[in-house]
Amino acid sequence: MAVTTYSGAEQYNFDVVKKFAVMSLVWAVIGMFVGVYIASELAWPFLNFDSPYFSFGRFRPVHTTSVIFGFGGSALFATSYYVVQRTCQTRLISDGMASFTFWGWMAAIALADFSYVLGYTQSREYAEMEWPIDILIEIVWVTYLILFVGTIMRRKQPHIYVANWFYLAFILATALLHTFNNLAMPIDLFSMKSYSLFSGVQDAMTQWWYGHNAVGFFLTAAFLGMMYYFVPKQAGRPIYSYRLSIVHFWALGFMYMWVGAHHLHWTALPDWTSSLAAAFSILLLMPSWGGMINGIMTLSGAWDKLRTDPIMRFMIVALSFYGMSTFEGPMMSLKEVNALSHYTDWTVGHVHSGALGWVAMISFGSLYHMMPKLWDTKIYSRKLVEWHFWLATIGIVLYIVAMWISGITQGLMWRAFDEFGNLQYSFVESVAAMHPFYAMRAIGGMFFLTGAVMMAFNMFMTIRQGKRESAALEAKLASKLAHA
Amino acid sequence: MEFLMWFSKPEHTKPLGLVIFFVTFIGIVIYAYGSKKRSDQLESYRNIPFLDDQEDTKDKQ
Repeated sequence: MAVTTYSGAEQYNFDVVKKFAVMSLVWAVIGMFVGVYIASELAWPFLNFDSPYFSFGRFRPVHTTSVIFGFGGSALFATSYYVVQRTCQTRLISDGMASFTFWGWMAAIALADFSYVLGYTQSREYAEMEWPIDILIEIVWVTYLILFVGTIMRRKQPHIYVANWFYLAFILATALLHTFNNLAMPIDLFSMKSYSLFSGVQDAMTQWWYGHNAVGFFLTAAFLGMMYYFVPKQAGRPIYSYRLSIVHFWALGFMYMWVGAHHLHWTALPDWTSSLAAAFSILLLMPSWGGMINGIMTLSGAWDKLRTDPIMRFMIVALSFYGMSTFEGPMMSLKEVNALSHYTDWTVGHVHSGALGWVAMISFGSLYHMMPKLWDTKIYSRKLVEWHFWLATIGIVLYIVAMWISGITQGLMWRAFDEFGNLQYSFVESVAAMHPFYAMRAIGGMFFLTGAVMMAFNMFMTIRQGKRESAALEAKLASKLAHA
Repeated sequence: MEFLMWFSKPEHTKPLGLVIFFVTFIGIVIYAYGSKKRSDQLESYRNIPFLDDQEDTKDKQ
């Protein structure tokens, strides 16, 4: 192993990391606010205002795009650039390319959100952007890949730390998924509208091959990269087992690619395909839990940090939700369970236990660790971090419990028959039964959003404090030099 | 090219796939855990995140 002395911020390009970190929080607030709004629309439909521009259908992709690609994506860009530079002990190969990925990514998210509100969508879940935006994303992503691989190739550290493996797998897999899922023919060169190259069941299969691998590589592998760097750093002790991380990486990367078809049980898809996907989903439990155990056991011997360090608490709770979601997911992929859970709110609850519990919590923890270091200061208020933690945790619990009850109730009502063999409940009766749980979910979302707003404020004040300290230091140095 | 037809039958490719993937997996496990010397070397990489750890005091001195 090579040891390189750290020689100041100029050694690394932290400018792009700072920009992405700040925008990650901006998108978190925007995306979560829209999420709370659409959750409220379901509970109190007058919020649709009888206008297509305010409708659930147009706002829902604004929510998913802003939180997944805006908040999550920006957090991944920020942390991957930070981690790859620090673990390879070298600067990004090009400041221009790094800056391009920032502005290109921001433009893609903003244009996508704007186009959804105007009614443009290719109706592919988590890939609603129409073809011109897809091309922009493709260019940004290839630049990201070149920048990341180029930086690894220029490393001063002979070994590539495991966090970078996860980040690289995420970048490569996302490039592959984005390209093939978005193969489409525009109806005109100057039209936003396009049609998919696939049709029927192949189209559905491609969509869910993309959809679940977006979960697997964008929302899991990449955030595991974050975990493998920031959990040891925050805990002040190395990862529990490096060898386990190697087995974790290869097993997870291999198995995820097969499981997309579990979204298409009981459809026109050949039965063997969805059975194969279910089998791989069950197998996936092992590497997932291997990774979770590796992260949690890093704290072995220092469990008191859970009591004293709210940032560590974010990370360990994130890993616990990761373990819970990766147990729930394989269970829901079983055909018999899926017959009840599919098309119900249970799925929505499952997604959010992963998205809020794992993705958002590990991102919050990592950003709380990284942002004060970037501005060379301390967190403005640890009390606000504590508040954020509890608001977020209560919000998640309210959300997923509401969706469990609502989802299982829906599933049971839809399959209930009366003594004559007729459906016992009309669809609208099941909708009416959902109302209290939709209100509960919206309130859970409000808790989570409030925590995110607190974090944005806390980080804004932290940055301001860092800038003031730097200015004071510079003034002091200048005055010393003047008197020398 | 007749031998390629052998691969077109699922009853051939399924067990073949199983053998390839299982052997690969076992190979990775043996690589990670099989040798004491390699294990020690792999575990030494755990410390990479701490190698440039002067940042807490940087520029403030």
